[in-house]
Amino acid sequence: MFKPGKKIEFKSAKEIPLTPTSLGDMTHNYTGSWRNLRPEIDYDRCIDCMICWKFCPEPAIYIENDRPKIDYYFCKGCGICVEECPVKCIAFEEEGK
Amino acid sequence: MLELRLHGRGGQGSVVASKILADAVMKGGKFVQAFPEFGVERRGAPVFAFVRIDDKPILLKSKIYTPDHVIVLDPTLIESINITEGLKDNGIILINSELPPSEFKFEGNYRVMTVDAKRIAIKYRLGSKASPIVNTAILGAVIKAIPVATMDNLIEAIKDGVPVKIEENIAAAKEAYESLIKGE
Amino acid sequence: MKKVLMGNHAISYGATLSRVQVIAAYPITPQTQVVELLSEIVANGELEAEFIKVESEHSAMAACIGASAAGARAFTATSSQGLLLMHEVLHWASRARLPIVMANINRAISPGWTIWTDQNDSLSQRDTGWIQIYAADNQEVLDSIIIGYKVAEKVSLPLMVVLDAFVLSHTYEPVDIPDQDKVDKFLPPYNPKIKLDPEDPHAFGGLTAPNIYMEFQYNHQLAMMEAKKVINEAGKEYGEITGRYYQNLSPYKVDDAEYILITSGTVAKTTNIVVDKLRESGVKIGNLRIRTFRPFPSEEIYEILKDKKKIFVIDRNLSFGNTGIFFQEVKASLYNTDIKVPIFGFVTGLGGRDVTPELIEEIVNYGMKKEKPEEEVIWMGVKK
Ligand code: SF4
Ligand code: SF4
Repeated sequence: MFKPGKKIEFKSAKEIPLTPTSLGDMTHNYTGSWRNLRPEIDYDRCIDCMICWKFCPEPAIYIENDRPKIDYYFCKGCGICVEECPVKCIAFEEEGK
Repeated sequence: MLELRLHGRGGQGSVVASKILADAVMKGGKFVQAFPEFGVERRGAPVFAFVRIDDKPILLKSKIYTPDHVIVLDPTLIESINITEGLKDNGIILINSELPPSEFKFEGNYRVMTVDAKRIAIKYRLGSKASPIVNTAILGAVIKAIPVATMDNLIEAIKDGVPVKIEENIAAAKEAYESLIKGE
Repeated sequence: MKKVLMGNHAISYGATLSRVQVIAAYPITPQTQVVELLSEIVANGELEAEFIKVESEHSAMAACIGASAAGARAFTATSSQGLLLMHEVLHWASRARLPIVMANINRAISPGWTIWTDQNDSLSQRDTGWIQIYAADNQEVLDSIIIGYKVAEKVSLPLMVVLDAFVLSHTYEPVDIPDQDKVDKFLPPYNPKIKLDPEDPHAFGGLTAPNIYMEFQYNHQLAMMEAKKVINEAGKEYGEITGRYYQNLSPYKVDDAEYILITSGTVAKTTNIVVDKLRESGVKIGNLRIRTFRPFPSEEIYEILKDKKKIFVIDRNLSFGNTGIFFQEVKASLYNTDIKVPIFGFVTGLGGRDVTPELIEEIVNYGMKKEKPEEEVIWMGVKK
């Protein structure tokens, strides 16, 4: 899966890059922590159409063994996949419930 | 410094004429500047183009109000606008017309010259019979009347500045050069 | 090779010689011929560049930002309302430190609907963080585009070459087009300091908290100040190759002058004629043309003005509620110095009103007669 990037703090104007730029990629930024609603795929009803994969803006849905998988490190809980799933097999429940 | 004003109608190629003349003048080793009337051009409406010529670099960037000479690409303009406006005393008025200079009367002390550029343009199939493109022909007459460039300079400028019918345009310029009528 | 070129085509040749890789532009009078010729040059295969057609000037600059961030040499041209529409993304380009070069044809702002020249469009972009160079003839237009890339890429800032509508854009003048190999030697391919690269991913322009935002502004300012030096150096290096030298300032007969006219754009050229004429009648006057408006070359201006008696600034622009903008800038940059001579601010030539030698002479006569300026804005040639 993802290997997290490095977050770097700058101390002075001499150290900073030309323009605000992440030193590595943005994988240190676990947007999953923003989520208060959690999508869960019911794989018994899922027809593997991958519409959720296509629509996830993050994107936090990847494909593993021909099935959609939600990466909860990055899923923000926006609910777009829930809305778009044609068979309504993605449940949307409060985190920690 | 010499300042010229060209009178034509939108679409007749007065601006192109001013540019080709400027190019010929530059090739002849003088300094030059050419510009259109600043604004919107409409096909058929009276338009102006201007040329400044000098032996030293031209710094002046303002418009031309008192030209030394004027060139009239379309004789019907004489009826509708005042082509002598600001024209300096003893200035040349070079008109594209089949009539001799004596047929034109202007108030003031000017030298009228004519060239039948329309006939020449039609002869060399420049433009159509109904609206011949006279700008290269008239330039042949211009450099005869106002010797700011040689015919060789003009030929080179036509080669660089005219996209089609180069030989015909050159022939027209040469014929106009020979057929300028200077009046008395 | 010498060619009779309109100012707009001088821009196109400047961009072509600079081997720009991406051009994105939206047509507007009086800029249209710039992109017309460039699109022909690209279509003919004479320039290997991507020509992006866009639906607005905002998109044109956005496309240039994308291209430049990806490491391409990007170019656009616009004027007046088009430049104003770009305003938001102009800030973006400079703060992203992208060396985009653009040409802006100075056209007055509507309403009343106008296509003629004055400087309010570009001067409204004063604080966007762009370098601004004001050209005075078509040769300088072409040369400034080429030098512009050298400067922009050195200091990682975008640069705007500014020229008067019609007086340059549509006026044909002999222009020397330098050989491509000379330009290539002066301006090697762009070597970006940062760029979008899938092999080495970064996020650009991300959230910048108060604890670090100011440091980016500080560095931007340092780069601007550095540009004062870089513009002079690049202008000198270009001069050694072409014989045409360009600096932040273009002084004319200022050394022994007691009175100085301060000008910009094409007005400066006409002013030189007036200086010559007045000198013949014994008036010790000179003309200081300001080429670089941003960064403002305060120190160099001070050096020229320090022993003068009176200063006359001619502005083809106006900041409503205050004064002409060059006048403000000159005054402000001298305030903390020992120069305490009267500075007169003249506003004229708005919306393409012709600035003739006679008008400039009138300006000088006015200034010579008065002890000190009686009004902050001295309107010249206005029917009050
Ligand atoms: S909730 Fe939003 S972010 Fe999470 S997987 Fe669905 S579409 Fe993607
Ligand atoms: S949209 Fe629904 S049915 Fe389609 S793959 Fe995603 S979860 Fe399965």
